[in-house]
Parts: sequence; structure tokens; C-alpha cells
Amino acid sequence: MTALLQVRNLVTEFGGAKGRSGIRAVNDVSFSVERGRVLGLVGESGSGKSVTGFSIIRLLERPGRIASGEILFDGVDLSRNSEEEMRRLRGKRIAMVFQDPTVTLNPVLSVGTQMIEAVLAHESVSKDIARQRARDALGLVGIPSPEERLAAYPHQFSGGMRQRVAIAIAFLHKPDLIIADEPTTALDVTIQSQIIAEFQKLTEETKTAVIWITHDLAIVSRLADDIAVMYAGRLVETGPVSEVLNDPRHPYTAGLIASVPSQNQRGERLRQIDGMTPALNRLPQGCSFRRRCERADDGCLVIPELAPSGDRSFRCIHPVTKVSAS
Amino acid sequence: MVTSIIRRLIQAVFVVVAMTVIVFIGVNVIGNPVDILINPDANQAERARVIAHYGLDQPLWRQYLLFLQGLLHGDFGDSFVYGRPAMGLILERLPATLELAISALTIALVFGLPLGLYAGLYPNRVSSKLIMSGSILGFSLPTFWVGLMLIMVFSVELGWLPTNGRGPTLELFGAQWSFLTGEGIRHLLLPAFNLALFKTSLILRLTRAGVQEVLPQDYVKFARAKGLRERRVIAVHVLKNLMIPVVTIIGLEFGSLIAFSVVTESIFAWPGMGKLIIDSINLLDRPVIVAYLMMMVLLFVVLNFIIDVCYTILDPRVRLDSKA
Repeated sequence: MTALLQVRNLVTEFGGAKGRSGIRAVNDVSFSVERGRVLGLVGESGSGKSVTGFSIIRLLERPGRIASGEILFDGVDLSRNSEEEMRRLRGKRIAMVFQDPTVTLNPVLSVGTQMIEAVLAHESVSKDIARQRARDALGLVGIPSPEERLAAYPHQFSGGMRQRVAIAIAFLHKPDLIIADEPTTALDVTIQSQIIAEFQKLTEETKTAVIWITHDLAIVSRLADDIAVMYAGRLVETGPVSEVLNDPRHPYTAGLIASVPSQNQRGERLRQIDGMTPALNRLPQGCSFRRRCERADDGCLVIPELAPSGDRSFRCIHPVTKVSAS
Repeated sequence: MVTSIIRRLIQAVFVVVAMTVIVFIGVNVIGNPVDILINPDANQAERARVIAHYGLDQPLWRQYLLFLQGLLHGDFGDSFVYGRPAMGLILERLPATLELAISALTIALVFGLPLGLYAGLYPNRVSSKLIMSGSILGFSLPTFWVGLMLIMVFSVELGWLPTNGRGPTLELFGAQWSFLTGEGIRHLLLPAFNLALFKTSLILRLTRAGVQEVLPQDYVKFARAKGLRERRVIAVHVLKNLMIPVVTIIGLEFGSLIAFSVVTESIFAWPGMGKLIIDSINLLDRPVIVAYLMMMVLLFVVLNFIIDVCYTILDPRVRLDSKA
């Protein structure tokens, strides 16, 4: 069986057109997600992980555009779909949950209105039935007395509750794929756990594939089956979560893992990756991570290929080995 | 909701009372109406009689109290010029001004909102840029000049529309209205457009700014991510957020349309309140000036109140008695 979503050599650019290339926020990214699997898309701010998500659902903000590559969703190339074809997919087969729940719901419309319209956008049912569906969906994500809450407005909900509403909306049509763009980043830790648990429950029930975009490796290790690490618009390492996290090959992945506070010893300085993410319009020649990498040498002046090894792949000519990582 | 309405009403009463003091004293500071009212040849006894007749010999505080007393009975005193109740004079002229202002506001909304929406949604199109440049003209051309140009083009050169007056009117709710007759509408068109030009530009620019502010919001993106049709995203998600600032401006601008329609009314000889107040100021007709100003205070207080109520309808965040 082929994967539900296959992204092939995706390039997303901002600005530029007709021959001129703009700034490449997503550069030659390929990965695939199978039904019922969770892919953790990891990277720092500005690494292009969110832009990848918005490219798939085709909600890039101008002047962003998909410059080349394919996004095969169930065999159909989304990058060639018309706007109307995309609209019919959005919310129905591909749903999205955003980062900040305080701004994803329209403040002047009641939660009920916003849920009912989501039902009616894809199904011609009566308003009463749509309302019932909305109420059941709210109940499903653990919102107490959903019937009354339908009449409430977003500001009457806490951040965690609003994210539950957003998740309920995302699952309304039991989509095949959910793109979750850091849905727990804006929430405090206890709520994070609840939301993740809720998410896991729903994805297992509906066999939904998930692309979970985050910078939080702890969440990925808990939730994801596979991981893809992005740096400066490129994938630098992919593979099954347990393997990659236990035995990272790319120095950047290793650095990220070493920076997780729980990996550090009490009393020692927190480890961090030196330097900053390079600006996308001033990437160094060769490997983008070269200037921050202690293993870099003249060989890194040429961009390495994403080399597969088994079910993993990484883009480095001096990969970290287990011995040197510890 | 009820308590907040009551609180607003009490505040409104204070505003009105404070305004009576300011208006009354202000009007008493400027000029002496006796000089204008009385024939310069009149003798001293005659002067004294007139002064006593209008109560101008009383100390200011007593005059004020008498004025307040009259106010409570809806009596602003008689016009010095017409010798009739001042309020009656104003109410007679009110429909003409009201009609003009409402027409102008309607025109401003009908053109301003859609054009602003268009310019905001497609900011890079040439047509949008033309609209925006046009709105700068609407902003900066003086009303009186535009009025004269309108008369030049449409009345003098083309001869399509009449230059002045209200034309034939029909009675409705005890007042005379031009818009009920075809000829009346023809009379109404030019002054209404003249008055609307500035407001159209204002609403247009406000709408465009609002669209550009709302469009990049996450909730608009999320609405699209739900698979809503673009029409619903714009008409419901964008427009409803947009209406909050627009309603504020519409409310306040409607007040200023009525209060400052003087120029247009003068140019088109529209027999409204604006013309009356200018004449009254020239003749120092105190009761009419005072009655007019009080009328305006009341108008703005009421408008603000209506805006507040509209807010609570548009924006659930300002609803004070949320049950959920």
C-alpha cells in the first residue's frame, strides 16, 4: 500500500517569480506519512516546518508559493489542485490545528456557529443535525456540558479549552490527515499532556495520520512514530522516533537532543547549540549547519545528499556515532 | 445589560446638564442681542421694556434657572427674530436635515463599504490603487468647491438636476419629506452626494484598513482550513470583525453630518437646520442657538448610546452579562 501523503522534493519560496527564485523557506523536502501514523516534524523557529505544513494544505500567505515538487495525497498532487478542489479537501480530509488557540477562533462568532459552519461546509445536512454533530464533537474532546457551551464565545473559554474546540473542529469530518502546528506550545504543561492524550485517543479511533509540527522533542518521543528534523529549510535527518532520538546521526539532531533540559545534569550549564539559525537569504555555502558544527571541515562546503541507511536517512558526511555522542 | 443601560443613562443626564451650563454661559458671553433687536432710534424706556421682556435685566444665574425651568417644560424661549418658539423652528427644519444626512450616510455606506472591501482584498490591483487615490480626492477637496462643481456640471452644463431647494414634499409622520416624490429625489441627489463624498472616503479607507488588519489573522486562516467557501470567510468572518470600528465611525459621523451640514445646505439652499443656525448666529438669536446646541448634545448622546448597544450585538467580548 502506498503512503497516504507523499511529499516529493517540495520547494516553497517567498517572493520571486518567473525565473527569479525567492527566499526558499522549504528546500527540496521529501517525506511520506502512512495512514494512522504520526510524523513529528521538528526544527527551530524559522526552519520551515510550519511553512511545510501550510504548503500541504495550500494556505500559504502571499508572497509564499510552492515553486516545485509534488504533494501526493492519496495519489492526487495537491500542488496542482484548483482552489475549489483544495477547499473541498480542507477540513474534510485534511484538517489543521494551529499553534495559538487564543487567536484561532473568531472572537465575534459563537463556538456553535464556528462548528456548525464547519459541518455545513462539507455536508448538506440540516442545521439541527449539524448542531448535534458539533455538540457530540465537543463532548468527545472532553468539554463539559457541550450543549450550553455551543452558545458561548471563544473568550469565555480558557486556552486549553479553546484548543480542545479547535481539535474538535479538526476531527469533525474524521479527516485522513491532520496537520498539527505546535498545538501545545502555547499551553501550560498539565494541559499539554491532556491535549496530547486527547489527540492520541482520537487519532487511534479514526486512523488519522498526523504531522505534528513542534520543537519539543519530549512530545515527539511520546507521540510520534517517525521523526523528520528540519534545518534552514532542508530535512537533515529522518527515521523512526526511537532510533533517531536514541542514536542521532546528524550533529544538529544530536545538539537538539543534548539541549533538552532533562538530558542535562543538575548544576551544570544547560547545553546549547552555539550560534543562530542562519538567515534564509544568507545561507552559508554547502551544509547550512556548517558554521555551527564542530565536526565541519572543507568537505562540508558541498551540500551532502540525504543519504538513506535502512529506514533512516541523514544529510551529513561526518555523522555522529553512538560512541562520540555520549 | 439593564444596569449598564441605567448607568449609561445617568451619565448621559450629567453630560446634558453640564452642556446646558456651558451652552448658556457661552451664548451669553458673545454680543448683545438688544443692539440688534432694537431699532437704533428707540428711546431709553423702549430699550428697557424690550430688555425686561426678554428677561435680560435679570442676573445671569437667575436667567439660567429660568432657562432650566423652561427646558423642563420643553420651552427654549421664543426666537428673537421670528417671535415663535425656538424649538418649534428647529423641529420644523429637522426633517430636511435628517433626510439629507441619512441619504448622505446611505450613499457613503453603499459606496464606501464595498469599495473599501475590494481595495482591501486585492490591494495590488490597479483598480484598487485607483480607488484609493480617488478617496484621497474625496478627503481633500473642500465640500463647498465640490458642491459648486456639481452644480456647474449636472445643473448648469448638463441640466439634469435642479440646483436648489427640496422640491415637492409629501407628509409622513407629521413631517415633510422630499424622498417620497420623484422630483424631491432629484432635488436631494446633488446635496446628498456632496455631503457624502467625504464620508465615503472615510468609510472606504477605514474598511480597507480593517480588511488588511483582519485578513492575516489566524482565525481567518483557520476558517479557510475548515474548508469554508471564500464568500463565507469574507462575508462572515472578516466582515463581522470589520464592522466594529466602522459602526463607531458611522455613529459619530452621522452626528457630524447633521451638525455640520451647514456648507452643503447653504450651497444648495437646502432649508435645513444648518442654514437656520447660521442665520441665527448672525442675528444673535440666542434661544434658537441654545435650542440648536442642546438638540445636538442630545443627538450625540443618543447616537453614542446606540453605538454602545450595537457594540454589544457585534462584539460578544463587551457583553456585560454573559450567561455562559
